Amino acid sequence: MTTKLVGAPIKRVEDPRLITGQAKYIDDLDLPGTLHVTVLRSPYAHALIKSIDTTAAAAAPGVVAVFTGRDFEDLNPLPCAWQAHDTHNAVNTPRALEIEKVTFTGAGVAAIVAENRAAAEDALQLIDVDWEPVDVVVDAEAATADGAPQLHENAPNNVVMDWSIGDPAEVDAALAAADVVIERRLINQRLIPTPMETRGAAATYQPATGEFTVWMTSQAPHVMRLLMTAFVFGIPETQMRCISPQVGGGFGTKIFLYPEYVLVAAIARKLEKPVKWIETRRENYVATTHGRDHITYVTAGAKSDGTITGLKVKTFANLGGILSTIAPGIPTTLYARMLSGAYQIPAIHAQVIGVYTNTGMVDAYRGAGRPEATYVLERILDLVAGELGLDPVDVRRRNFIPPDAFPYDPKILAGLSYDSGEYDKTLTRALEMVDYEAFRTEQQEARAQGRYLGIGFSTYIEMCGVAPSAWVGVGGQGWGAGLWESANVRVHLTGKVVVTTGSQSHGQGHETTMAQVAAEQLGVPLEDVIVQHSDTQGTPFGYGSYGSRSAAVGTIALFNGLQQIKEKARRIGAHMMEAAIDDVVYEDGRVFVRGLPGEAKTIQEIAGAAALGYDLPEGDEPFLDSTSYYDPPNCTYPFGAHIAVVEVDGETGEVDLKRYVAVDDVGKVINPMIVDGQIHGGIAQGVAQALWEEAVYDENGQLISSSLMDYAIPKAHFLPRFELDRTETLSPTNPLGVKGAGEAGTIASTPAVANAVMDALAPLGIKHIDMPLTPEKLWRAMTEAAG
Amino acid sequence: MKVNITVNGAAHERDLEPRRLLVDFLREDLGLTGTNIGCDTSQCGACTVHMDGKPVKACTVLAVQADGATIATIESLASGAQFHPMQEAFWESHGLQCGFCTPGMIMMAIKLVEGDGDLTADKIRHGLNGNLCRCTGYENIVKAVHKAAVAMRD
Repeated sequence: MTTKLVGAPIKRVEDPRLITGQAKYIDDLDLPGTLHVTVLRSPYAHALIKSIDTTAAAAAPGVVAVFTGRDFEDLNPLPCAWQAHDTHNAVNTPRALEIEKVTFTGAGVAAIVAENRAAAEDALQLIDVDWEPVDVVVDAEAATADGAPQLHENAPNNVVMDWSIGDPAEVDAALAAADVVIERRLINQRLIPTPMETRGAAATYQPATGEFTVWMTSQAPHVMRLLMTAFVFGIPETQMRCISPQVGGGFGTKIFLYPEYVLVAAIARKLEKPVKWIETRRENYVATTHGRDHITYVTAGAKSDGTITGLKVKTFANLGGILSTIAPGIPTTLYARMLSGAYQIPAIHAQVIGVYTNTGMVDAYRGAGRPEATYVLERILDLVAGELGLDPVDVRRRNFIPPDAFPYDPKILAGLSYDSGEYDKTLTRALEMVDYEAFRTEQQEARAQGRYLGIGFSTYIEMCGVAPSAWVGVGGQGWGAGLWESANVRVHLTGKVVVTTGSQSHGQGHETTMAQVAAEQLGVPLEDVIVQHSDTQGTPFGYGSYGSRSAAVGTIALFNGLQQIKEKARRIGAHMMEAAIDDVVYEDGRVFVRGLPGEAKTIQEIAGAAALGYDLPEGDEPFLDSTSYYDPPNCTYPFGAHIAVVEVDGETGEVDLKRYVAVDDVGKVINPMIVDGQIHGGIAQGVAQALWEEAVYDENGQLISSSLMDYAIPKAHFLPRFELDRTETLSPTNPLGVKGAGEAGTIASTPAVANAVMDALAPLGIKHIDMPLTPEKLWRAMTEAAG
Repeated sequence: MKVNITVNGAAHERDLEPRRLLVDFLREDLGLTGTNIGCDTSQCGACTVHMDGKPVKACTVLAVQADGATIATIESLASGAQFHPMQEAFWESHGLQCGFCTPGMIMMAIKLVEGDGDLTADKIRHGLNGNLCRCTGYENIVKAVHKAAVAMRD
C-alpha cells in the first residue's frame, strides 16, 4: 500500500522560518560593505529630459556616486517578451534609467548610491532635472483619438496592437437574428496588486571573472537571468547568477524584469561594490506594474429563452506609458481567447486595442486577462437575464457546456480545447449551500420593507497550467520562449531526497506540496524530502511561477522525474536481488519480486548502492538522479460557482457583504489546506476590485491613489467568513489530474459581488454601475434612480 | 543621542541619530530582521513589536522614544523549535502564505488575546484593523487567533 500524502492537509514545511522571523527576504540580506541605491523618479507623466545636474547631489554627505541614463547607454532597453500578433512597436520598453523622455510619473531618471539608505534618500532632492512637460493622456480610448498627445513616434494614435479573433460577419448575423440584443460599455478598472513586500534587488560583481550575483524579488529568477544577460547586458548567461530569496507575495508583479534590477547590477559593475535597492511603498505604487484597466464595448445576442447566440467585444486595453515584459499577451491570449467562458457561444468576435497612455505599466495581475473576460461574460449573462425576466441561474444552466461535450473547443482558443468540466455540479452545490429558494423569499420580504438585498453568481472557468510551448510560443501566441517546466530529483546516499524545481514559491507552499508528491511517489517519509528553488545555481532552468502553472506544469515535471527514479531503482533493486527486471515492482518505497514483498530492497538501500556505485547493473550510471522537462500538451481549465449575498444600505450606499459561498473544482487537490488558502486570498482580492480598489490617475497623469492610505486593500473586518466546498473533476491533461488553484478566487469573485449589488438595486431600475461599487457611487445612482 | 533600550531581554546602549526609526534600529543595528517593513505610512502593521508590553508600529516610533523601554520582537517568542501558542496556531491553521505580514500579525494578535478574554471572530477582525495581509483573505488568520486564544488561556 502506498503512503497517501497527496490530498492530505499537511502543515507547511516552510512555516517554521516564517513564523519565527528567521526567513530572509531581500531587505534582510546583509552583504558587508553594501551601498544603498535610491532612484529619482519623474514627477511628470509626460516630459522631455533637457538636462540633469547631479553636482550638488554628488557632493552630499555619504554619497558615493550619482548616475543618470547617459551612464548606461551601453545597456539595451529591457525586452518585451510577449509580442502578441500585430504588435509592431514592442521596442517601447524601459531602460535602466530613462534618457530622453518619460511617459509616466514614477519612471526612473537618476540614481544615488550612498553609504546608507538615509543619505541616499536625502540626496535625491539635490538632483536638478530640467524638464519640458508635454501634453498628457491617461484614458485609453481617448488616447487613440486623432489629435491626442502622442507618446511614441512609432505608435500612431498610441496603438500598441490592434488584434482580433473570430469572424465579425458570423457574429453580426447572429446578432441580427437574436430575440434580444444587449449593448454595454463596461469598465474593468485599473488595480494595484500590492504584495505586502515591495520589490528590491541587490547585486555583487567580481571584476576578476566578470561574474554577477543578483538577488531580486522575482517569481522567475531563471527568466531574469536570461533577459538580463542575453538581452540587456549582452554578456554570456553563465556570467550571472540570479537568486530570489524569500519573496513576500507577488500576484504577478514580480514576474517581470524591471529597470531597477538592471540598474543595481550595472552599478555593482561600475563601482565594484555590493549594492542594494529596496522599493518604498510609494515607489511600488507608481513604478511597479498595475493590472486590468479595460474599457470594453460588448454586444450580446440571445434567444428569448436566454440562450446566447453571439458575442461581440471591443476592448481598449491600457498598457501604460511603455511596455512591461509580457504586457501585450495579457489582454489578447489570456483575455480574449477566454471569452467563451463556461458557455457554448456559437459566434464570438473580439477586437483588442492595446494602448499607450501616460500611466504606469500594466501587466499580469492575479488572473491576468481571465478576470476581465469573466467579468464581461458574467455581467452580460445577468443583463440578458434581467432583460428577459429570467432567473440568472437558469440562464447560466441554459448556456453551460454539458459534461459530455469535453474536450470542448470554444473555437477561439487557437486550437486548444477545454479538458474536462461538470459546471452544473458546482452551481448546484453552491445553490444548496446558500439555500437559494429561501434567499429569494427573504429578498422579497426585505424588498417589501424597502431593504436592498441581492444575490450574485459567477460560474467561471479559467485557463491554468500555461502552456504548451509551441502553442504559446513565437509561431503561435507570440510568447518569446517556451513554457515547459523542469525538475531534478536526487536520492542521496543517506536516502534523503533533494528536489529542485524551476518553479518559484512566494507564498504558495511548493516546498510542501512538491514534497508531498515526491514522498508519496517514492514511498519515503515527508521529512526525508527537501524542495529547493529560486537560485539559478543548482536548479535546472525553469520559467517560474505564474498562471497557476506550478502544480499543472512544474509538479508534473517532478512527477515524471520521480517515475524515472523509480525505474532506475527497480533496475538496481532487481540486480541486488539477482531477480529479473520484469519480475520486480516498486511499491511504497520498496523493490521486490512480485508476490514476495517480504524480501525487498528499500529505496534507502538502493539509493545507498547507487551512490556507492560498487556493483551496478550493466549500463547503469551511479546515483539516483533524474532531470525532467515537462511541456504540457494542453492547458488546464478549472471552474466553479461563486455566490455573493449583499445588502446595500439605502441611506449611505454602503455594501454589506453578508455571505460568500464558493464551490471550486481545481482538479486533483494535493493539499486541501493550501488550496483553501489560495481560494480565500483570491476571493479577498476579487471582492476588493468589486467594492473598494481603484488606481486613480488625474488628468495630469498623477497617481492619486499612491499609498496604502489612498488605495483601499481590504482589512480583516471588511470581509465575511468564506463558505467553501469543492468538487474534484480530474484533468485528463496530466497524470496527477491537477488543474491549478492560485487565481480561481480572484477570477470568480469580482463579478459575483458586482452582480449581487446590481441584483440588490434591481427594484430601482439600476442595471449597471462600473466598479468599484463604493458608497458614494451607489448613493448617487440610488438617489438619481429614486428621482 | 544616547539611548538605553532593552530588546528581547538584552540591554543595548547606543548613540543614535535622533531621526532613526525604531524599526531601523532593530533591523539594521541589532540585526533583528524578523520585523518587516511593508509601507512608509504606518498602514500595514508588518513592523508591529511590543514596547513596554504594548503593540506599536516600529516604523512610527523614533528609536530615541524607546529610550528606557523594553522591546519584544518576533524573535523573542520561540525557544528553539518550541513555538509560542500564537506561532503554533498560525502554523496549524495555515494563517500565513508569503509570511511577510506574519511577524507583525502575530505580535498584534498576542496583545489582542491578552487584552480580551472573550474574543469573537468579529472582535478579532476589528482588532487586526491595523495589520494588512494580502495573501490569506484573513480567514485563516482569524481561525489561528481563535485557536491561540484558547491555548493561551489554558
